[in-house]
Amino acid sequence: MNLNILKPNKENLSTYLMLGIGLLSVGFIDIFSNTFFNFNITKIFPGIISYLSPLLLGAFGLHFIRIEYSGNKTLDTINKNLNSSNFNAILSLIVIFILIKYLPPLLNWAFFDANFLGNSKEECTGDGACWVFVKVWFNRFMYGMYPDAEQWRINFSFLLLIGSIGSIFILPLKFKKYIILFLLFIFPIIALNIISGGMFGLKWIETGAWGGLSLTFIVSAFALIFCFPIGVFLALGRRSDLPAIKYSSIGFIELWRGVPLITVLFMSAVMFPMFLPDGTYMDKLMRVIIAITLFEAAYMAEVVRGGLQALPRGQYDAAKSLGMGYWRMHFLIILPQALKLVIPGIANTFLALVKDTPLIFVVGLLELAGMIGLAKTNPDWLGMATEGYVFAAFVFWIICFAMSRYSQNLERKLSTDR
Amino acid sequence: MNLNFFFINLKNKKRLIPQVLTLLFIALGISYFAFNAQVNMGNRGISFGYGFLSQEASFDIGFSLIDYDGSHTYARAFLVGLLNTLLVSSIGILIATLIGVTVGIGRLSSNYLVAKFSEVYVEVFRNIPLLLQLFFWYFAALRALPLPEQAINFNDISYLTVKGWYVPKFLWTNFSIFIYSILASIVAIIFVSKYARKQREEFGKHISSFYIGMSLLFLIPSLSFLIGGVTLNFEIPVLKQMSTTIFNFHGGVSIIPELLSLAMALSMYTATFIAENVRAGILGIGKGQKEAAASIGLTKAQILKLVVLPQALRIIIPPTTNQYLNLTKNSSLAAAIAYPDLVLVFAGTALMQTGRAIEIVSITMGTYLLISLSISSFMNWYNKSVAIKEK
Repeated sequence: MNLNILKPNKENLSTYLMLGIGLLSVGFIDIFSNTFFNFNITKIFPGIISYLSPLLLGAFGLHFIRIEYSGNKTLDTINKNLNSSNFNAILSLIVIFILIKYLPPLLNWAFFDANFLGNSKEECTGDGACWVFVKVWFNRFMYGMYPDAEQWRINFSFLLLIGSIGSIFILPLKFKKYIILFLLFIFPIIALNIISGGMFGLKWIETGAWGGLSLTFIVSAFALIFCFPIGVFLALGRRSDLPAIKYSSIGFIELWRGVPLITVLFMSAVMFPMFLPDGTYMDKLMRVIIAITLFEAAYMAEVVRGGLQALPRGQYDAAKSLGMGYWRMHFLIILPQALKLVIPGIANTFLALVKDTPLIFVVGLLELAGMIGLAKTNPDWLGMATEGYVFAAFVFWIICFAMSRYSQNLERKLSTDR
Repeated sequence: MNLNFFFINLKNKKRLIPQVLTLLFIALGISYFAFNAQVNMGNRGISFGYGFLSQEASFDIGFSLIDYDGSHTYARAFLVGLLNTLLVSSIGILIATLIGVTVGIGRLSSNYLVAKFSEVYVEVFRNIPLLLQLFFWYFAALRALPLPEQAINFNDISYLTVKGWYVPKFLWTNFSIFIYSILASIVAIIFVSKYARKQREEFGKHISSFYIGMSLLFLIPSLSFLIGGVTLNFEIPVLKQMSTTIFNFHGGVSIIPELLSLAMALSMYTATFIAENVRAGILGIGKGQKEAAASIGLTKAQILKLVVLPQALRIIIPPTTNQYLNLTKNSSLAAAIAYPDLVLVFAGTALMQTGRAIEIVSITMGTYLLISLSISSFMNWYNKSVAIKEK
């Protein structure tokens, strides 16, 4: 038998496999005993070698089982995907070892040692997370200080929004226009009146009490609805051949895109009231929505401009040759095509908008992250920051991940159309 | 004199009216706001002006790169904030680029585990709002670090504690000579690479400018140590007992947890976008390019250096610059965890003390605008210089 240590070959397949798997398993046993039983089987070696021993053993093991075209399907798949070279083998081992070392404690913290039952901090006895905190404060995290008895109003508004957006896809095409018009002009007024009350015998609830995740949705929904038309006009303005309009649009867009949102919110909070006539007061939430709308409109304008630039010149020429004026050409020919092109971009802008809403804490409005900041300073619930922020991160992650997947799907679908 | 200028014909009228209306609208809006502002400030007894910048600030800032205390002026406080913003942005940009490039290449790896790991990293950190990540690092992760007496020890020279990260301080003598030596070596490298290029293009001689440059970069600064009188010592942080129960580190440089968590959140968030840019850049190069390069006998390293990277960088750099700008702007989230950056120091504390909303907010926004515009114009210039020049 002729074993070539440097270049394992097919002839002695079983010997190499035994050698390789043996070394690999010693490496794994080492890391397992280290992680779970706190026992180091390689402590006879000096420090650094003992520390790296699982990696070295594993790397040698993987080297021995790296046999091309071995005829064994599983082995070939493993070699191709995890073990194509020494470098790849070490990378795979590092990833596996990191998972072995850090995944179980994480799962223990989040699930197995966690507390789900109970109503107070004292009932959290395990070492793991205290999800009781999230459970007790859940209502506040969702609705802020909005009175419990009136929360159906927020729910109703959201159902209306989801229903009307859903009906765009279900109802025949000719209703689409009316639903979009309803969403753009009538829905904001209805929703605002239902949520803030004061009409139809509904109790007036001041905006200071709004909060939690629903505030995130309210701010992003209103900002999206308003920033879209402004963005379209800014984009048209930027491409206009009238210098005064072109340069004022460019100035507006670059101004907002050049500053951080937080300074814009500061502006809306401290500087904007100075610009209003003496004695007039504008609601804090309204100012925030205006600020975010203008800020996002600048980004939306750049997205729409991308769509306008992507349209071939022939579309403009064809529309003009039919005798259409500027507005008819844009609203009937150019914009419908351009907007379709940039739907993914619009979705991404909206995603950025949702991720930006927690910033409204600077003016004292408490959406989800802000409510958690408030709850973690409650004397009965000190030391719950991790649970709270992990929960918030999870909620935002689900929303944003779903949206980004949706926009990726749209991108794929729209790109195959052409 | 051209009389046509005064007699506007129909076509010009059509062009002129919307423009005049727009300008009129803007002018009216601005003067309306300015009028209100004047009335409001008059009622509160304050007058518009930037004179307050030279007044004494009389507040302290917890972390400062330059000499500052309460007796300095507001202008100095502004500078402290600006420097802190630039510091955290440059640290963030550096780390974000490192992570982003690694992860971006990792996503294209043939290794299934590495590719999946990179993908999970990107999807997780991209879809969580930056502010939440910042809160998580600051209020949850870094608060779980041990007290100074049980600090996490890195080889007895650096300690990580709940109060910050203590690293050795560099004590230089004749630091300026060292800087000059680095500048000199950079000039020498530029000269050598130009010479090498000339030799190659005119005589076909190959001079390995890379190795010569590397050795120059090492040799000239080390010469400054040997004969230039430059010395470098380290001041290592030492644990000291303040009272029976309170311990703290003395000496060295303390990197405050605010800076640590801000840099961490900014770089890990932005790295996901950079990773996607890198991936798109590498994927954007056709297979044919690599095959063509291989067919004329270039080695794998040469293909990467001469064919793939120059083309990929052209795709990667513009969106990545955008991300650098976003990172700089996002560093203003510092206000949420009380890291004394431009927004917190100036638009926060200074504004609260002086009440000069318009001046301070306009200075703050103007500064960010200036940073953004200068970086983006530099990058536009760079883009033009690397763009494909079609003949």
